[in-house]
Amino acid sequence: MKRVFVIGTGATKIGEHWDKSLRDLAVEALLAAVRDAGIDKREVQVLYVGNMMSGELQGQEHLGALVATWAGMAGVAAFKVEAACASGGAALHQAYLAAASGLYDCVAVVGVEKMTDALPNDVTSALLTAEDQEYVVFTGATFVGLNALAYRMYLSKYGVKQEDVARFAVHCHKMAVNNPYAQFRREVTLEEVMSSPLIADPIRLLECAPVGDGAAALVLCNEDFLKRSPRDVLVEVAGSAVATDILSVHERKDPLTMAGFRKAAGEAMKRAGIEASDVDVLEVHDAFTVLGILTLEALGYAPPGKGWQLVAEGELEPGGRIPTNTMGGLKARGHPVGGTGVYQVFDLVRQLRGEAGANQVEGAEIGLAQNLGGVAGTVAVHVMRRVR
Amino acid sequence: MKVGIAGYGAYVPIYRIEGSEVARIWGSGDEEPIKEKSVPGLDEDSLTMAYEAARGALEMAGVERSEVGAVLVGSESPPYAVKPSATVIAEALGLTPRVVAIDMEFACKAGTTAMILAAGLIAGGAIKHGLAIGTDNAQARPGDELEYTAGAGAAAYLLSGDSDRFLAVIEQAYSYVTDTPDFWRREGERYPRHAYRFTGAPAYFGHIVGAAKGLMEEAGLKPSDFDYVVFHQPNVKFPLRVAQMLGFKPEQVKPGLLSGEIGNTYAAASLIGLARVLDAAKPNQRILVVSFGSGAGSDAISLMTTDKVGTKKSSLERYLSRKEYVDYGLYAKMKGILRVA
Repeated sequence: MKRVFVIGTGATKIGEHWDKSLRDLAVEALLAAVRDAGIDKREVQVLYVGNMMSGELQGQEHLGALVATWAGMAGVAAFKVEAACASGGAALHQAYLAAASGLYDCVAVVGVEKMTDALPNDVTSALLTAEDQEYVVFTGATFVGLNALAYRMYLSKYGVKQEDVARFAVHCHKMAVNNPYAQFRREVTLEEVMSSPLIADPIRLLECAPVGDGAAALVLCNEDFLKRSPRDVLVEVAGSAVATDILSVHERKDPLTMAGFRKAAGEAMKRAGIEASDVDVLEVHDAFTVLGILTLEALGYAPPGKGWQLVAEGELEPGGRIPTNTMGGLKARGHPVGGTGVYQVFDLVRQLRGEAGANQVEGAEIGLAQNLGGVAGTVAVHVMRRVR
Repeated sequence: MKVGIAGYGAYVPIYRIEGSEVARIWGSGDEEPIKEKSVPGLDEDSLTMAYEAARGALEMAGVERSEVGAVLVGSESPPYAVKPSATVIAEALGLTPRVVAIDMEFACKAGTTAMILAAGLIAGGAIKHGLAIGTDNAQARPGDELEYTAGAGAAAYLLSGDSDRFLAVIEQAYSYVTDTPDFWRREGERYPRHAYRFTGAPAYFGHIVGAAKGLMEEAGLKPSDFDYVVFHQPNVKFPLRVAQMLGFKPEQVKPGLLSGEIGNTYAAASLIGLARVLDAAKPNQRILVVSFGSGAGSDAISLMTTDKVGTKKSSLERYLSRKEYVDYGLYAKMKGILRVA
């Protein structure tokens, strides 16, 4: 296995891109990453497109050839990778494998989703294709409903107040103010979160990741390519792992343990030779506030039922004990579904390169990103390390 | 040749349903977008309301009926799919048979476009006076967000080339149109559909800002040059926000902002607002009207009142103050939501 490095990053702002199509967004981010890498786009040998819903929402599949064609890269090996909301992280994992194997030296990954021009009911249905159609979806459950069940269970099991969990959204909005790529660059108060419309009891609107459009891209290479084309600042994909959990929450022994995440995080950290306490900056998949808190606990930063204290005490901010979602997370940076896993690593790389601006975590060397698909049925974890 | 308004009329049905009553049936996590909206009675539709408004406009103008050369009716809710409303209205008003009469559809902006076209016929010398009407009995799928606001009403303007009759003179008009599918109803479908947030920035705000800025640029005017501004009013929030985006003050908007009380009267909305403003205006005041119609486009019209404005008032205040509240059941019957055959 060869070592793999990120040499280029690119992204679009997340938001309502009424005048840009799926392909426009993907091409814009991809070519930005190629420019950032300082290579010719023809040097890219394989392209992975992370995306979940193009077939449902745009009636468009075959994204590998589509994006390659419109980026002027036809000829490259190219594929779409789908793993629900973890599509971006899964695509990055594939890109990593391709470069690590040595079969390809220079590879690219772009995660993209175009959601805002679809009708809300169609988006809800498309997202639900990630759940078990025969055993769960027919009941009328939605993702926010399923997460609400886990949220309720968490609150009652540990006697936690909802306000303390909901504060995670306040933190994310505060961080996004300084992220030019974020969908919501404004702060919200806990009162606003708690008085926002109820979506699925107890989940409030401002506890949910928004619907948005966006694309993020990375150019990766292995050590052979790097010898031919050296870079100054280097970030290594130190660990890349994907794991699954039993698909549907109700089939799991304990809906709150995040077994898939524990497995993927364990493997990624083992490959990187680190422990959770070594992580300087963390990206968690906070599709709903409670997922952020559960993740902090699963990584051992707080005992079960106590993760909320890290938020309340400011430990998730730059300079805190475990800076988390320093660019706004899914809640405020935005959640263009297939793009999210790549945006997370895009943001980690900005931190590790020292390019994070006002939210820079000083001296950050190691970052970890958690990307969840479904109700954590698929989990992609990446450990990124600055090597020079 | 200058064209001006010689008379105007507006009509709003007597019945109202409160936003909270709609929410009682369908539930809502949000605050209702308006307090209450108008509901047409069982024997009212876009045609009868248009007649009421047009009669008021003709009476105010006091012109010879034989000299009214056009009846242009803007609406998206005509009672007949095939067969014009304009002929029925022209006949009922005694304007037939030597008259240009036609129905026009452009969602909520057909009324202002009718004004621009009638003004063109007058300016071109084809007719002496012309009637432009905006009227709608707005339809919304029960339970849809739009049901809170879909109201009913009409407004009519008697335009003329006879400057002695002007209550207000048209200074400038500017239309801004693109292919933007934010709201539509296909043939055979009972209720319109809409593209949710797409109806905001790219549709309502984009077109109103485009038309208003375009007019002000062409005419060399700025927001502070206007005493009043009337925007299309699908709710209360949007007109106030677009005013802020363009640099108008709430005081310039509020006199013509009626959506909180009567709902969104679609093709009549900005024109009923204009009637409210004309009823209150003093001589030599400048008014900007900007409609918005889905699909999409905006007409911006700049008007200057003359010393005759205010000498006669429309019946609008009376229509606004007489109210009879109905519950959802009666509303459903009046609106044709309940079908018995």
